[in-house]
Amino acid sequence: MARAVSTRTKVTNTAIAGTLGFMMFFPILWILVLSFKTEEDAIRAPLEVLFSSDWSLDSFAAVQARSDYFKHFMNSVIIAGGSTLAGLIIAVPAAWAMAFVPAKRTKDVLMWMLSTKMLPPVGVLIPIYLLFRDTGLLDTRIGLVGVLMMINLPIIIWMLYTYFKEIPGEILEAARMDGASLREEIIYVLTPMAIPGIASTLLLNVILAWNEAFWTLNLTAAKAAPLTAFIASYSSPEGLFYAKLSAASIMAIAPILIMGWFSQKQLVRGLTFGAVK
Amino acid sequence: MSIKRTLLTTAVGFGCAITSASVVSADEITIATVNNADMITMQELAPAWEEATGNTINWVVLEENVLRQRTTTDIATGGGSFDIMFIGAYETPIWGAKGWLTPLDDFADDADYNLDDIFQLVRNGLSADGSLYAVPLYSETSFTFYRTDLFEAAGVEVPTEQISYTEFAEMAAALHDPDNGIYGTCQRGKAGWGENMAFVGTLANAFGARWFDEDWQPQLDSPEWNAAVTYYVDLMTASGPPGASANGHNENRALFKDGKCATWVDATSAAGDVRNPATSTVADVTDFFKAPMQATNKGTGWFWSWALAIPASSQKTDAAKDFLKWATSQEYFEMVGETKGWVAVPSGTRQSIEEDARRVEAAPFAPAVVDAILSVDPADPTLLPVPYTGVQFVAIEEFQGIGNYVGQQVAAALAGQSTVEEALANSQTFAVREMTRAGYIE
Repeated sequence: MARAVSTRTKVTNTAIAGTLGFMMFFPILWILVLSFKTEEDAIRAPLEVLFSSDWSLDSFAAVQARSDYFKHFMNSVIIAGGSTLAGLIIAVPAAWAMAFVPAKRTKDVLMWMLSTKMLPPVGVLIPIYLLFRDTGLLDTRIGLVGVLMMINLPIIIWMLYTYFKEIPGEILEAARMDGASLREEIIYVLTPMAIPGIASTLLLNVILAWNEAFWTLNLTAAKAAPLTAFIASYSSPEGLFYAKLSAASIMAIAPILIMGWFSQKQLVRGLTFGAVK
Repeated sequence: MSIKRTLLTTAVGFGCAITSASVVSADEITIATVNNADMITMQELAPAWEEATGNTINWVVLEENVLRQRTTTDIATGGGSFDIMFIGAYETPIWGAKGWLTPLDDFADDADYNLDDIFQLVRNGLSADGSLYAVPLYSETSFTFYRTDLFEAAGVEVPTEQISYTEFAEMAAALHDPDNGIYGTCQRGKAGWGENMAFVGTLANAFGARWFDEDWQPQLDSPEWNAAVTYYVDLMTASGPPGASANGHNENRALFKDGKCATWVDATSAAGDVRNPATSTVADVTDFFKAPMQATNKGTGWFWSWALAIPASSQKTDAAKDFLKWATSQEYFEMVGETKGWVAVPSGTRQSIEEDARRVEAAPFAPAVVDAILSVDPADPTLLPVPYTGVQFVAIEEFQGIGNYVGQQVAAALAGQSTVEEALANSQTFAVREMTRAGYIE
């Protein structure tokens, strides 16, 4: 039976949630505001920025004139999309095995995989840089796809493992009794049932790979640099670049924000999959 | 085979050879650089070099700290990602001595380039073991920016000689008027060896402090350091803007240009921007005097130069050298003057440019900037002898870590999170540990 909630409580909760939501969104809103200002206006006091200065598209035009946005955008799409898809191809069978035919050490393997995420990336920067140098992978998209795939693989496997565990093993057994092969069992039975989970894993990992800034800045130069490098090129401790930096940031995060906006239902459904039995 | 056919074949073959030779000679070079006004100007003008040579440039523009980390990783591992790097006076001698940079001594043989026209002090700062490893785009020291109108209104006399920091504090207090949005002085407070420690380093020199004694023993717990940092905290507390520990060069430059600061001791390279009516509200009421002194006048203005260097791992040295010559040539500076205005010409590099009548007319402060730069001696930065070179930094690898840590401690003291004594005691402990690890001391 639903618990009765007073109007006052509802209003209070809504106000708190709204305030928290606004506080979380405010930095992005402020970046959006600054991106429509000139450099001189962007450094004024907040109220002056909002009410006493003009709005302009100059910063976007300057960023577009100085940098090849489309090249960086395509690199981001290929690197984020490629690493996530490659990760899924490896993670789906791995998570299936761990969820439905666990071995004695499966839990330990899962914990070990997660522990690799605890290593500070800078600790392995030089070895990976040397490997990339010797294999000719520096400043290549394929190299970054490989690195980001491996970095995000533990999260992908963990998420899929959690979703697969929610699926009754009896259904897969029934498919096997009907003569389904292992490949058919995964592709035609397991995958359709886990679509929400796979979709949210895919979306989350695209976002993680899209925003990844350590490896994408350190392993690229000119050819494979994604949008994180595009943003970094407008950051400066000397001179005024706040408006251009804001414009570059908006251009970089817009695609992923739009994607997140349209897929939020799927994302939430996937993330809460199995939360209520 | 007929003669006609033979001639035709030969001609076609010759044509192909010429075409392929021209394709081979056109190089694609990658330049790693920071995002500042001078480098943006270079990016805008570089197509002239590309057209003249047939070469193309890939620009990798990064924030200063990211660039430093990125280029250090690449050069230390011989990654070869970059053909030209924009580096500073701190890295150049260290990397040059390690053999990570291509020597540029052959530039002296090019009469058109006229290497001797570049100030000797700047060339020395970009050399190691007698070899030149980078060529400068611009150089800077620090001096005091002040507001002529505020000095006049407050009845404060403008100094004609180098004043002491004690006098400077009195001056800042007299000009401090926070109720009307005017702060007596704005100085760097943001932590970092290239941020607050650039100013605090020169302040410490003025008070007679030194980073290390002749045996490389850290001296951060000395009475001189204590006096300098105590002065800094007191000055900023009494006459500085609120939240000064968050202000770096950029924030102070914005504050000064917005008319909020009566005085500001900072980089001479900001003078053109502050005196530019298009970008500054105080262009007509800003002038300059020397950075103050205290126990000594040595090392009271810093020395820094942003320069272009070629990593030893570059495979396109010839094209890279050609670009370096073009980008730091007299013709390039003239091109900047003609297209961007002579006030925007990178300062403190070439004598002929600084003496050019067009430059002097557009930037009357230029001779003062050059005098200030040439008065710096990185080999003798403070009252007592030191084993290192560098005014606001120490040209050893370990300094980056030590400088950043001390910067954090000083920023904490300024923000009131610790006392000056605690900050310096922590700094001393850290410096001793790092220098012991590095083998300088036992």
